[in-house]
Amino acid sequence: MKCSIDPAVTEVLNNHKGGNKLKTAWDRYEAQQPQCGFGELGVCCRHCMQGPCRIDPFGEGPDRGICGATADTIVARGVARAVAGGTASHSGHALHIAHVLKKMLAGKTPDYAIKDEVKLKAVAGRCGIAIEGRSSKEIAQDLVEKALSEFGDKGEALTWAATTVTKARLETFSKLGIVPTSIDGTIAEVMHRTTYGVDADPVNILLGALKCAVADYTACHLATDLSDILFGTPQPVVSKANLGVLKEDAVNIALHGHNPLLSDIIAQVASEPEMIAEAQAAGAAGGLNVVGICCTGNEIMMRHGIPLATSSISQEVAIMTGAIDAMVVDYQCIMPAIATAAECFHTKVITTMPIAKMPGAEHIAFSDENAVECARAILRQGIERFKSRNPDKVCIPQKSSTAIAGFSAEAIVAALAKVNADDPLKPLIDNIVAGNIRGICLFAGCNTVKVPQDHNYIEMVKKLLAENVLILATGCASSAYARHGFMTSEATIRYAGKGLAAVLTVIGEAAGLGGPLPPVLHMGSCVDNPRAVDVAVAIANKLGVDVSQLPVVASAPEAVTEKAVAIGTWAVAGGLPTHLGVVPPVLGSKLVTEVLTSTVKDLLGGYFIVEPDPAKAAVALLTVIDERRAGLGL
Amino acid sequence: MQLIYVQTDRCLGCRTCEIQCRVEHAEEKNLFAAIRQIHPPKKRLFIEQQGKVKAPILCHHCDDSPCMAACITGSLYRDEHGIVQRKDELCIGCWSCIMACPFGVVARDADVHVAVKCDRCPDREIPACVASCPTKALRLVDADQLSKERRQEILFRGSSLAE
Repeated sequence: MKCSIDPAVTEVLNNHKGGNKLKTAWDRYEAQQPQCGFGELGVCCRHCMQGPCRIDPFGEGPDRGICGATADTIVARGVARAVAGGTASHSGHALHIAHVLKKMLAGKTPDYAIKDEVKLKAVAGRCGIAIEGRSSKEIAQDLVEKALSEFGDKGEALTWAATTVTKARLETFSKLGIVPTSIDGTIAEVMHRTTYGVDADPVNILLGALKCAVADYTACHLATDLSDILFGTPQPVVSKANLGVLKEDAVNIALHGHNPLLSDIIAQVASEPEMIAEAQAAGAAGGLNVVGICCTGNEIMMRHGIPLATSSISQEVAIMTGAIDAMVVDYQCIMPAIATAAECFHTKVITTMPIAKMPGAEHIAFSDENAVECARAILRQGIERFKSRNPDKVCIPQKSSTAIAGFSAEAIVAALAKVNADDPLKPLIDNIVAGNIRGICLFAGCNTVKVPQDHNYIEMVKKLLAENVLILATGCASSAYARHGFMTSEATIRYAGKGLAAVLTVIGEAAGLGGPLPPVLHMGSCVDNPRAVDVAVAIANKLGVDVSQLPVVASAPEAVTEKAVAIGTWAVAGGLPTHLGVVPPVLGSKLVTEVLTSTVKDLLGGYFIVEPDPAKAAVALLTVIDERRAGLGL
Repeated sequence: MQLIYVQTDRCLGCRTCEIQCRVEHAEEKNLFAAIRQIHPPKKRLFIEQQGKVKAPILCHHCDDSPCMAACITGSLYRDEHGIVQRKDELCIGCWSCIMACPFGVVARDADVHVAVKCDRCPDREIPACVASCPTKALRLVDADQLSKERRQEILFRGSSLAE
C-alpha cells in the first residue's frame, strides 16, 4: 500500500529507527480491512439500547430498526450528529478564545493583549457596536459580550452569521428555517432531534443538520475574528514546510493541534534569548527550533513564519524522525497513537488541555492566566528531553519547500489594493469576467489513510491551475500545498495557465513580491475557512449577486473529521458546489444521497459532488465553474 | 482438502462475512456499486443465532454431496479442487438441492430463479468470508492438519493435567 506521495514522509516511513514493532495509521488501516459495510453505508444505529440495529443494504433482511426507523432516517441522523460533533469542536475552540479575551479585559490574563485594533474595530463595526470616540477596551468589552451571547440562547439570528453572508443568502436561510439563534443550542437541538423517538423525517433531520452547519460557520468565523484581534491578522510571510525543517543541532519542539491560545504564546516565548540560552546550555548549539503540525502549524506559520513540519495524518511520522524532543498538543486531530510512537524514541508528548488527555503522555495544564510561565515550563521539558535524544535514531529527511503563507482576506485585499487602491476588488472581478481567472476553488480538509497522503490534492490542483482556476487553501490542504511547493512564485510559472499566471504576476509585482503571487493562497487553518467566504461574499456583494451564482467551488478531497463534515455542509448551505474525495457514510440511503447531491441545489445552490477519482473530480468542478460563468453571462 | 472451520465462540454476529461474500459476487467487487445492482448479489453463507450462540453456517462441500446427487440437470458438479460448483445455465430452479442440503446453505435467488451456493471464491486465494472476519472466527484449514491439531490439543490437555 502506498502511504504518502510526500517524499519526506515516505523517507521516514522507510528509514526510521523506531524498530519494526512501531505501527502507523497506515498499518492500522490495513489491520482494519475490510471495514464494516454497514458502517460504510451509514445504516447502523446505536442511539438506543434496544439496538444496535442495522438495515440490510441488499434489501433482503431488515428494512427497519426496532423503533421503525428506515435506512433514510438512520443515515440522516448519522449525518446530523456528525455535523453536531464538528460544530461542538469549533464552538469549544471559539468559546475558549472568547473567554480568554474576556479575562484579558478584566486584567486576569496579562500575557494576552489586543494586537490588532484595526480588526477589532472592523469586526465591532460589522456587529453593530459603536466605535466612534471609544477606547479599544470599551469596544472589545462590548464585542466579547456580543460574542459570548452567540453561544447561549440569543433569541435572534446569530450576529456572526447574519452579518457575514449576503442579504439574499440570509433570506434563503430564513425561508428554510435554518437560521440558528444559538451555537450550543443548535448542537443540543441536533442531539435532541436525533435521539430515540424524536425526528424521523429524513429531510427534516437534514434541515436540522444544515442549521447546525450554519452554527458551525458562525463559530468558525467568530474564532477567526477573535484570534486575529488577540494575535494579529495574518499577512504574507515566507516560511518553510516539511520534515526537513527539523534541526539536528537544535531542541525541536513540535506544536500540534488547533488553538492559537497556547501555540502563539509558545511561539513568542521560544524567541526569548534566555530560553535559547537554556537550550544551548543543554548542548543544542542551534538553540530552540519550534515547528508546527496540523492547524496549529498553520496558525503559527501565518502569524510568526514558524515552519510547518507536517500535517495531521503524518503526526506519528514527525516523531519517527527521532528528532522531536517534545510534542505539545492542545485539541482536535491529535491521534492517541503519538504516545505509543513516542515510546520508541525519547520524545515527550505533552498534553495541555483539561478535556484532551492521553495515556502515555505527560499532562501540563495550560493556564491562560499564567500563559508565559506555562509556555516556558513546557519548553523546558523539551530542553530537558533533548539531553536523552539518541543520535543513532535520528532520521531527518533533508526535504522542505519554501511557502508563502498568511493570505487572510485582509491581506488579499491589501495586495489587490496595490493594483487599484480605490477599488481593490476590481482587478479580481475584471479578471474573472475576462476569463483570466476562470473560477476560484477552495481546498479544505484533512489527509486520510484512504488515499495516499496528498495524492488527490496534487492531482486536482495541477489540473485546475492549468485551467486558470485560482486556488485558496486552508487546514491540511494548506499543509499539502505548502509541503509540495505550490505556495511559491515559481509554482505560478510552473503550474498556472497563461491567464492566471499573468494576473498573479501583476498583483505579485505590484505588492512588491518581486514575482507572481503563489497560485495557491494559504488562507489559514481549518477554523479559518470563513476567510474564504469573506472574499466570496465581498465579490458577490460588489456584483450584486449571491455566492451561489459565482464561479466559486470547494473541495475536501481527503476529508476525515466531523469538523470537515460540518464545514462541507455549511459550504453547501452557503451556495458552493462542494467536492468530497472520500465517500461519506450516506450511500445506504438513496433519499439522503439524492438530497445532498441534488435536491439541495434547488434550495441553496450548493450541493455535494462525491468523486474519489481526482482527475474526474477536477473535470466535474470545471464543468460547474463553466455552468456558473454561463449563468452570469460570462 | 481445505475446510472453512468456524470457531463459534469467536463470532460476534457482525455479518461482515455476509457483506463481503456479496461484494465478492457482485459485478464490480465494490460495496457501493453492489448495493446499486439491479439484482443485488446474494449471500452464500448465513449468520444464524440460537440462544447466545451466533455463527456463520456455510457449505461444507461434502465429499458425498446430497445437493449434487439431487441435481437432475447436472448444474451442480465438483471441480478439480473438490469444490461443489454450479452452472447457471443448467439450473432449472427445481430446488431439489435446497431440499437435499442438510445444512440449509443452498439458497434461492428469487430474482433470477437459480440456486446459489458457496463457490469458495474462485478468484481469491482466501475466501472473502474468511479474509474479512474481524475476530478470525472463520479459518481456512487443511482437513488433515485440523485433525492433527485436535490430537495435539488432547495430548497437551492431558499432559497439563498430569503436571
